[in-house]
Amino acid sequence: MLDRYGLVGIFAVMALIFPVIPLLMAWVVRPKKPNKTKSTTYECGLAFEDFPEQAQNVWVQFRVQYYIFALLFVVFDIEVVFLYPWAVAYDSLGLFALVEMVAFLGILILALAYAWRKGLLEWV
Amino acid sequence: MDIFNNLFPGLYDWINALLHDWFKGAMPADVESVLVSAIMALIVAISAILFMVLMVLIMIWLERKNAARIQDRVGPNRVGPYGLLQPIADTIKMLIKEDIVPTNADKLVHLLAPLVAMAPAVLALAVVPFGKGMTPVDLNIGLLFMIAVGSIGVVGIFMAGYGSNNKYSLLGGMRGVAQVVSYEVPQVLTVVTVILLSGSMSLVKIVDAQGGWFGLQWNILALPVGLIAFVIFYICALAEVNRSPFDLIEGESEIVAGFFTEYSGMKWGLFYLAEYFNFFIVCMFGATLFLGGWQGPILPGWLWLIIKTYALVWLGMWIRMTLPRFRVDQLMKFAWKVLVPVALANLLLTSILIGVYNGIGF
Repeated sequence: MLDRYGLVGIFAVMALIFPVIPLLMAWVVRPKKPNKTKSTTYECGLAFEDFPEQAQNVWVQFRVQYYIFALLFVVFDIEVVFLYPWAVAYDSLGLFALVEMVAFLGILILALAYAWRKGLLEWV
Repeated sequence: MDIFNNLFPGLYDWINALLHDWFKGAMPADVESVLVSAIMALIVAISAILFMVLMVLIMIWLERKNAARIQDRVGPNRVGPYGLLQPIADTIKMLIKEDIVPTNADKLVHLLAPLVAMAPAVLALAVVPFGKGMTPVDLNIGLLFMIAVGSIGVVGIFMAGYGSNNKYSLLGGMRGVAQVVSYEVPQVLTVVTVILLSGSMSLVKIVDAQGGWFGLQWNILALPVGLIAFVIFYICALAEVNRSPFDLIEGESEIVAGFFTEYSGMKWGLFYLAEYFNFFIVCMFGATLFLGGWQGPILPGWLWLIIKTYALVWLGMWIRMTLPRFRVDQLMKFAWKVLVPVALANLLLTSILIGVYNGIGF
């Protein structure tokens, strides 16, 4: 018998193969007639080449706002990872587990309240 | 009804025995058992994928028909009876469309993005309990696997946004990451409620725990916490798969078509397919976690799961056709200022209620 994760591995291989099949089929049957205008970057109502050099470069700095939400996400997600084993074993742990987790979640809620108060959750 | 319940497990056992007979004596016993289980896993994976493709084709038809009915139109009715073959016609159209890649694009990332978006949707099928004894792989951390795999898809969206080298795509990709990341937090928090109610992370055990009352003791009926958790889970599910009213990453009135502005042909088709795959799977997980999975009276288990999943899918279509799109600031505010606090409060309430109910250590 294969290990359970071996079976998951077979699923993963199938998951990688499955989307390639329609792409290959399309590659066989589709027309291939590229021309210069067709393969320019899309732009609303204007020709992309007419843009100044500066505006043609789209890989620019992005807003710091996204970064803050990413940091908040990391904090909360890691906290939740600690919650999972606790939830599985909750029935056998008793009052101690409840008190511990209330304190743990209390710190989490405090952090959320702090971020809220500081205005980090505002999208400006 | 037993015959329908045992249909697919029986088929599995039959093929399994057939393969064992076939390979017996040709190789050492341990090699043979590994080989047979690998072939069986391959068969299961392929049939799960085919099942999903069928479901998604029906779902696309249903969505178009539903949208039409809600908007007082007839909808597709030319291709096949009731327009049932419309999704197949759509697929053929996508296959014969030219694939246009912009000269400026990062070609490799542009090509890989739809694959990365699609693959986790298929991988998530590995842990779904489709029916009694019909789980492809019964992982003891199935729930964690489902969440972990489900959040890979956003990498594909960001790759599409980045690889297209188009500012609309990049804006769409960034919005996608911000949105999925924000709605993941309340979702994983509500899932802890389900673990508390069932006492396990294995999806099979979670479904088994909902089997009481003739298969109607669903987690959603563990009032009030189950219902609150389900509503939060469903809202987050819609946001995670970028369905309207959370489809800001496409937002055609603002950013053209979001992350797939520069996609055409089958690559675009894969994103489309991945969206429906993900939506169907997330509804299936919603049904498994909160609506009792395959548990239910009279009808066979796998049929119950399909019915429940389609009920959730239909609810999503209704919401899509009814509500307008959120603004970005409203979206983020809703996630962090409403859903996260409510999910945390719900989690505390659940643990206290279970503590009181069980009388543990009190």
